[in-house]
Amino acid sequence: MAIFRARRVLWRSFSTISSHPLRVCIVGSGPAGFYTAEKILKTHQGSQVDIIDRLPTPYGLVRSGVAPDHPETKNVINQFSRVAQNGRCSFFGNVALGSSISLVELQELYHVVVLAYGAESDRVVGIPGEDLKGVHSAREFVWWYNGHPDGRNLDPDLKNTDTAVILGQGNVALDVARILLRPTSELAITDIASHALTALEQSSIRKVYLVGRRGPVQAACTAKELREVLGIKDLYIHIKETDLKITPADEEEMKNSRIHRRIYELLSKAATAGPSQPSSGQRELHFVFFRQPDRFLESYDKKGYVSGVHLEKTGLKGIGSGKQIAIGTGQFENLSCGIVLKSIGYKSVPVDDLPFDNQKGVVPNVKGRVLSDNSGDPTSFENGLYVCGWLKRGPTGIIATNLYCAEETVASLSEDLELGVLASTTRLPKLGRDGLLQILDNRNVRVVPFSAWERIDKEEKRLGSLRNKPREKLTSREELLKVAGSE
Amino acid sequence: MLISRLCRVGFQVAKELSRGGYAYMSRSRYTQRHCCQYQWSTLELLPETRAFQGSIFQKHHGFSTSASDGASAGADEEKGTIPVTFVSKDGEEIPIQVPIGMSMLEAAHENDIELEGACEGLLACSTCHVIVMDMEYYNKLEDPADEENDMLDLAFGLTET
Repeated sequence: MAIFRARRVLWRSFSTISSHPLRVCIVGSGPAGFYTAEKILKTHQGSQVDIIDRLPTPYGLVRSGVAPDHPETKNVINQFSRVAQNGRCSFFGNVALGSSISLVELQELYHVVVLAYGAESDRVVGIPGEDLKGVHSAREFVWWYNGHPDGRNLDPDLKNTDTAVILGQGNVALDVARILLRPTSELAITDIASHALTALEQSSIRKVYLVGRRGPVQAACTAKELREVLGIKDLYIHIKETDLKITPADEEEMKNSRIHRRIYELLSKAATAGPSQPSSGQRELHFVFFRQPDRFLESYDKKGYVSGVHLEKTGLKGIGSGKQIAIGTGQFENLSCGIVLKSIGYKSVPVDDLPFDNQKGVVPNVKGRVLSDNSGDPTSFENGLYVCGWLKRGPTGIIATNLYCAEETVASLSEDLELGVLASTTRLPKLGRDGLLQILDNRNVRVVPFSAWERIDKEEKRLGSLRNKPREKLTSREELLKVAGSE
Repeated sequence: MLISRLCRVGFQVAKELSRGGYAYMSRSRYTQRHCCQYQWSTLELLPETRAFQGSIFQKHHGFSTSASDGASAGADEEKGTIPVTFVSKDGEEIPIQVPIGMSMLEAAHENDIELEGACEGLLACSTCHVIVMDMEYYNKLEDPADEENDMLDLAFGLTET
C-alpha cells in the first residue's frame, strides 16, 4: 500500500525532478535487466534506457539456462523483446562490463547504472579431487547443451561410463538429470544445441544419482520439475524408504512450507510406486539422501580422471529458526561413476570498482541501492548505482522472482530521484547512448544492436525449421557476429 | 458505501496481486445495490480447461438469474458474453464484456489492461494468479489440479483461496 501511494506521488511529481532526460544503463539482459528496464520506462516517462550484455544475444538464462524441453518457460522472451523495441530503449550486445567499458565510465555516461549481470560462476565444493577430469559444474553443462558460446568446448565424456553422479537436488540438478535420461528422440525436436544432441545420442549413461546432503524434506527442487522427472517414460526410480523417515523437526519444516510438504509427498509416493528392481536395460534415477561428498576418487587406469565419489553419511542438526543443517557422522561409502556434475549453486563474479560481499557472493545493497562497502554501514550508498536480480539477492528463485526484485530496485531509484538524492548527477545532462557508442567505436567493439539480434533470431529459426526444431542455435561468437553483421 | 467496499477489496487484491498496472476483480451486477465478486483460485489457462472456465461462467450466470428477481445479470445471451469489471490500483473501473470460456488473462490483454503473464497462459509460471474473495464461490470450483498447485507453490502472495 505504501509503495503504491509513493509511486503515485512520484509519478505525478516527475515533471519537477529534472529537465534532462534520465539516462539509465542496465548491465545484463536477463529477466532482472528486462523487468527493470520495463519498470523504469513505465515509471519515468522520458527516460532512456540502454541494456548492455557481454553476449551478442540477449535474455540471459532464459536463453542459456532454461532447459530445451521447457519451451513455455521461454515465452517471456516475447514480453522482453517488446521492451527492447520501445523507442526509448536500446539493446547493445557484445559489450562487456570491464573489458569493453568500465563501471566508472558508465557512471560518467549515465545518471543511473543498474547492475543485473547475474551469477556466472559456481560455488565450489572445496574437496580433494575437484579438478579431476570428468568433474564439471552443472552450470557449464547447462551452457553446453543450451549452446552458450562459452560452453561449447566443454566436451563432456558421456561414453566412458554408464553412471553419472549429480551433487545437489535443486531444479538445475533435475534439469541435468532429465537431459541425461530423456529419450533423445524427444530432445531432437527442441532447441538443444546440436553438438549436445549428438553427444547424448552416443551417450552410454544409464544410471543417474542425485545426491543431497540432507533429507527429502529439505530437497531444493520444486514440484513441477520433480513431477516431470518422476514421470519420464520407462525410467526406474529408486528412493530408499528409510530415507523417508521424518522427525518432529522435519514436520515443523513441512508445516511452514507448502513447497517442501508437497515435495516430500511426491518423493514418498515415488518410493513405493514402481517396481523394486529395474528391468534389464532400463534407465535408472536414484535419489540419494543424507550423503555429503568428502573427496572425488581418481581412476587407477586413467590417471587424472574421476572414477567415483567418497561420500560421508550425514545426520541433521537444528540450528534454530526451523533450519536444519547436515552434520557428518564419520561413516563413509563410495559411489562409482565416470562423470560428476556439481549443482550446488551459482555464484556472482565481482568487477573492478564494485563493492562485493565474497561470502554471500552478492553486491552489498539495501533494497537494490548499492552500499559503498561491506562494513555494514547501512547509510553509505554508491550514488546512482543499483543492483537487481541474482547479483542483488543471490542465485535463487524463478524468472518471476525478478519481477518483484525489479519493482523494489526501481522503487528505491524513484524514491532517490524524488528526494533529490541523485540531484548532483541529474542536474547535468549525460551523454548516455551516444557517448557509449562513441567510446565503443573508438575501441573497435562490435556492438550488436537489437535489430542485429533479430537477424540472428531469424537465421536460427530458419536453420531450425530444416531440422524440425524451433531453432538451431548458433553457438560460436564468430558465427553470431557474422550473422549479426550481415544484411 | 458500495464503491468504497469495492475499492477496499480492490486495494486488498492489489496488494496481493500487485503486478502490472491493474489488479483485477470480476463481478456481475444483479441489481443496483447488490454486487457479487468472484474470482478463481488460479487462472486456468490451458486450452483444454477453457471449457471448464466456460462452465464456471455459466454456473455463475445461472446463479444470478435464479437468485435475483427480475434483475438483469448483464450477460449478453446471444453473444455468449458476460460483464467483467477490472479495478485498477487507482480505483479506476474498466467494464468489459468477456466471451464465455475466455481466460481472465486473455480478456485483460484483449482490452489493453495490463496483467503480467510471463508464460502467456501456458501454466508454466506464477505471474498471474487469482484470489477468490468469497469462500462460497471458491467451493463451487473444482479442486486445483496438481499442475496448478505446482505453479501456486511459487506464487507471490499466495492465500488459502
